[in-house]
Amino acid sequence: MSSSPRPFFSLAGLRHGARASLPAFPGFIMFALAFGTAAAQKGLSLAEAMGLSLFVYAGASQMVGLEVWQKVWTPTTILTIMMVTAVVNSRMILLGATLQPWLRHEPIARNALNLFLITEAGWLIGTRYHTEGGRDVGVLLGAAITLWIVWQIATILGFFAGALVPEPRAFGLDLVMPIFFSAMLVPLWKGVRPALPWLVAGAVSFVTHALVPGYGYIVAGALAGVIAGMLIE
Amino acid sequence: MSDVGAFIASPWGSAVAIAAMTLVTFLCRIAGVVLMSHVRITPRVERGLRALPGSIILATILPAALDNGWPALVALGAAIAVMAATRIDLLGLAAGLGTLSVIRALL
Repeated sequence: MSSSPRPFFSLAGLRHGARASLPAFPGFIMFALAFGTAAAQKGLSLAEAMGLSLFVYAGASQMVGLEVWQKVWTPTTILTIMMVTAVVNSRMILLGATLQPWLRHEPIARNALNLFLITEAGWLIGTRYHTEGGRDVGVLLGAAITLWIVWQIATILGFFAGALVPEPRAFGLDLVMPIFFSAMLVPLWKGVRPALPWLVAGAVSFVTHALVPGYGYIVAGALAGVIAGMLIE
Repeated sequence: MSDVGAFIASPWGSAVAIAAMTLVTFLCRIAGVVLMSHVRITPRVERGLRALPGSIILATILPAALDNGWPALVALGAAIAVMAATRIDLLGLAAGLGTLSVIRALL
């Protein structure tokens, strides 16, 4: 680890990251279209739907948020939506944990921006780049900014024209995110032994998913993978 | 306190909800970095961290894939195979989506 090059930041990296984010577009567009459509159906104003996409910017929690959305809020319902959001987004803690060695020497303001914009897809793109030896933090931020813009545009389109969107199942687009994730698994492959914890993660995740409702299975599986990684010499 | 309740009950309540969601989401986003900057990176911790990215991916996709039956598993397999052969992520994505569409069209 100590022999790897020092992290840095460049504008060329921003451009590289913007280009590298292209494979995540289909998933982002489908999810944000679906959110915009659902928000309009639920009766949210454009400002409310865009507020969620601009600032919360986390698909699963935006969708779950719609389920507990209120016309008139009380302190209790605010607390409820906060709790629900925290539970759904707790998996993001793991993304940050893997990025820490890369972001350690960055200025705090740029880290705050980079992390405000972090998503699984942007993280995947950055992680692939990092695994292949890249250290330019601009790549992570370039992908993040690009995907954030795509998210906003698709939310607006979904809000106004959601009914016009074709049935995603016909094109396999309902599974576009898992398919993208699985493709991004390949660059991480370093042989069978380092992948053994992944199997533990998958198994624990599957069992948790079968037994416990909600999104907790991701965190449970990933933590099991970390523990397996620590135990396997 | 009733002032706060009145404000939350006003049309501004939605803005409060969005701000609250934004705050907790941002805390989740930064927590991992903050946490790990206080952890001493021993060889054991490093091994665990190295296993984390692949573990996150498997933990995310496996239940989603198994929920959708064998066509989904074949599609993920196609994406992985094409990605391994070409290293071009867009081709892997297209192979997965194409495989899934074809299987569903034939079923």
